[in-house]
Amino acid sequence: MLHLVLFLVFALGCVAGAVNLLAQRHPIDSALSLVVVMGSLAGEYLLLGAEFVAAIQVIVYAGAIMVLFVFVIMLLNAGVEERTPGSRVALLLGVPGMLIGSALVVWLLLERSPTPAVAAGALPGPPQTIAWLLFHDYLLPFEVTSILVLIAIMGAVVLASPPATTKKES
Amino acid sequence: MVPLSCYLVLSGTLFACGVVGFLIKRNIITIFMSIELMLNGANLSFVAFAAQWKALSGQIFVFFVMVVAAAEAAVGLAIIIAIFRTRETLNVDRVNLLKL
Repeated sequence: MLHLVLFLVFALGCVAGAVNLLAQRHPIDSALSLVVVMGSLAGEYLLLGAEFVAAIQVIVYAGAIMVLFVFVIMLLNAGVEERTPGSRVALLLGVPGMLIGSALVVWLLLERSPTPAVAAGALPGPPQTIAWLLFHDYLLPFEVTSILVLIAIMGAVVLASPPATTKKES
Repeated sequence: MVPLSCYLVLSGTLFACGVVGFLIKRNIITIFMSIELMLNGANLSFVAFAAQWKALSGQIFVFFVMVVAAAEAAVGLAIIIAIFRTRETLNVDRVNLLKL
């Protein structure tokens, strides 16, 4: 019972944050509602027994990535988003189509799939087991991600550094 | 006890919100945040299935998704800074050099 109540509270936080992200017109408001979504998702991960993923979610996503977003919003002095008129056909056909499609998916998931309930903490995911998997079974992908992160760092530095043409002129 | 389908519905809702934001938003930073929202929705279904089938590999995949998302955020925001430096705008409708 408590599990269900906690699930509903965190799910409400997730959906409210996601809808608020769409509704807000200033990027900094959208960024802060995305932080709410990520914090609530960390709660959902804890309910599913994934402590390691919950901690990483808070540290990497809500911490590092969102701070990067807020930095860029401040750096570029992003103002209120200006709206451009969209196509009327897309609105008339897209909104009913999306509603019908999502209702179908929800009905299929809730009614037609006899999935048993997930018990709270049914899967103990201690960091030791995750570390064993990560450095034993998934060692090659783990090392490849280190190269990916290295390339991303170099790419970010190259892309964000100012163009070097001014040096030649002076 | 929460059925797996509830987690999947929540995950699908987050993903749909990301798709809608990607389509209707005009600020390039907000579009980027919508992509992060979609990645988070996918992560939730990974963790829910990992708990359902008692397979820890799902959580490892969430770890890899997060690494890719972090790398993508770093490079993407650098690209946004470069676009802002040359075009002086964050509106995607004004970045139309390749448009006929």
